[in-house]
Amino acid sequence: MNLNYILLQAIAGPNYLSVSMFVLFVAITLYITYWAAKKTKTTSEFYAAGRSVTGFQNGLALAGDYMSAASFLGIAGMVALNGYDGLIYSIGFLVGWPLIMFLIAEPLRNLGKYTFADVVAFRLQQKPIRIASATGSLMTITFYLIAQMVGAGGLISKLFALPYEYSIFIVGIVMTTYVLFGGMLATTWVQIIKAILLLGGATIIVILTLKEFNFNPITLFAAAADKYSDNVLSPGSYITNPFDAISLGLALMLGTAGLPHILMRFYTVPDAKQARKSVFVATGFIGYFYILTFIIGFGAMVLVGRDIISSGGTDKSGNMAALMLANVTGGSGFMGFIAAVAFATILAVVAGLTLSGASTISHDLYVNVVKKGVSDEAGEVKVARIATIGLGILSILLGLIFKGQNVAFMVGLAFSIAASANFPALLLSILWKNFTTKGAVASIVTGASLSLLLIILSPTVWVDLFKFEEAIFPLKNPAIVSLPLAFLNGYIFSKLFKEKEAAEKFESEKIRTYLGVGSE
Amino acid sequence: MKIQETEEFKKFVRKKWSVSLILASIMLLAYFGFILTVAFRKEILATKIGDGLTLGIPVGLGIIILAWALTGIYVRWANKHYDKKVEELKKKL
Repeated sequence: MNLNYILLQAIAGPNYLSVSMFVLFVAITLYITYWAAKKTKTTSEFYAAGRSVTGFQNGLALAGDYMSAASFLGIAGMVALNGYDGLIYSIGFLVGWPLIMFLIAEPLRNLGKYTFADVVAFRLQQKPIRIASATGSLMTITFYLIAQMVGAGGLISKLFALPYEYSIFIVGIVMTTYVLFGGMLATTWVQIIKAILLLGGATIIVILTLKEFNFNPITLFAAAADKYSDNVLSPGSYITNPFDAISLGLALMLGTAGLPHILMRFYTVPDAKQARKSVFVATGFIGYFYILTFIIGFGAMVLVGRDIISSGGTDKSGNMAALMLANVTGGSGFMGFIAAVAFATILAVVAGLTLSGASTISHDLYVNVVKKGVSDEAGEVKVARIATIGLGILSILLGLIFKGQNVAFMVGLAFSIAASANFPALLLSILWKNFTTKGAVASIVTGASLSLLLIILSPTVWVDLFKFEEAIFPLKNPAIVSLPLAFLNGYIFSKLFKEKEAAEKFESEKIRTYLGVGSE
Repeated sequence: MKIQETEEFKKFVRKKWSVSLILASIMLLAYFGFILTVAFRKEILATKIGDGLTLGIPVGLGIIILAWALTGIYVRWANKHYDKKVEELKKKL
């Protein structure tokens, strides 16, 4: 019996250890949800965990929100199949975090209440800004959610030998339960537990892998270069067009700073000082995690082998590389543990996204557009809960509709919209005195619509999905065009349509922006 | 005179942004330096510097560590200087 066969079998069959560990995780997190539900009554409790989360806890939770199954399994697989190029993605995903700290975190925390739109709308006209930024947020969340749900369905049906549809229902129902009853408090603890499990699990895989190489990663890299070629240690095959590299780099870096579910987490801590600390903690853990995935990728390349990782019986994209490596180094029990961790990872990320979508619908649209800013606590929480159920159903439907589709580009699209629609408006509202309502709306509309349009015309959709001969827009990622134009239109429209009150309020709000006086 | 119109407050805001923008520029330069090298001069990162090691690996890991170190520097500065100034200014309100 060859190794290939054993691996395929180990991955295809139901792994009871894995199932019981996953059930244990769900039981614990549902108990936490039950505990959190008793403390989740007001809006501040539902959206922001009553601002009771410490900087360190929020740092872990941010890391939990950000480290998706795509970045764990996807990047490890990408490194296993493409070598060094996977690291280019990892770095792109990380370097947005320092920018969040230097440019956004403190003013965001001081000016806002529950969503980043609070900051953009602070001195501008509520209605148009809320509608525009809610559109940007919901587009980002929806595309991200589709990618996660479809990935989850495929992955879980493989790991647990369940039909795809069952996996989608399980993910949809469990995550809706967290958010619906436990709000931000339950979601935060789900993120924290998941982050610890994921970081711990990845660390163990790395230790078990490096044990085979005298605990020296360079020996591992040398073995990879021996087995395949020196090319695996240098950039090359994956990113070929230089402008694609730059465009992708922009989207990954600045998209991070425009993800609504990430920005929302800054309202769970009591003040700007804790917000700042949470970015430091998150950056450290996420950076460490990406170093681990790099080593896991090379470990899989050498110990499992590329032919097996990309063999048709499992998953051609390399998503199974980390699990196969866990099986080779720690046995099927350990692989079961890692599979359960991957499942938990997906649950936690979609819960974070759903909560953020629900707060956009209830806080930005219902309260600030429909109710013109007048909120009654009970009514707002009720709307947020209805929105949660709606988004839960939507995510299940999207998961079913997009079954079997290649949705990998949707993560890129979500990052591109976050970078081009959300980030420029947020940054300009914090930094630029003469920014106006029309400027903000123009910037958001430009960023969102260009991202969407150009990605449809790009090779990823126009050629790979619609099967046209040649793409109309040559790059895979639109950010290099959509991001500068969003800034430019924000500038031009602010210059054309001046708004005196907005500029005056920029001065008077400074004691809140910088000193936190009057912040909630 | 409102506090945000005082020279002391303006200086405090300028200082915050000069620290923020310097650190942000370091990050942007390092990252886009890396991306542009990947885009146009790949062979530099492919330079072998040992058995099982190319220049690209320490450079890549270096950027990851740099990102974290920069956030650490900002936290240290803000805890030491920024917060103190915030307290001073708040007392004058």
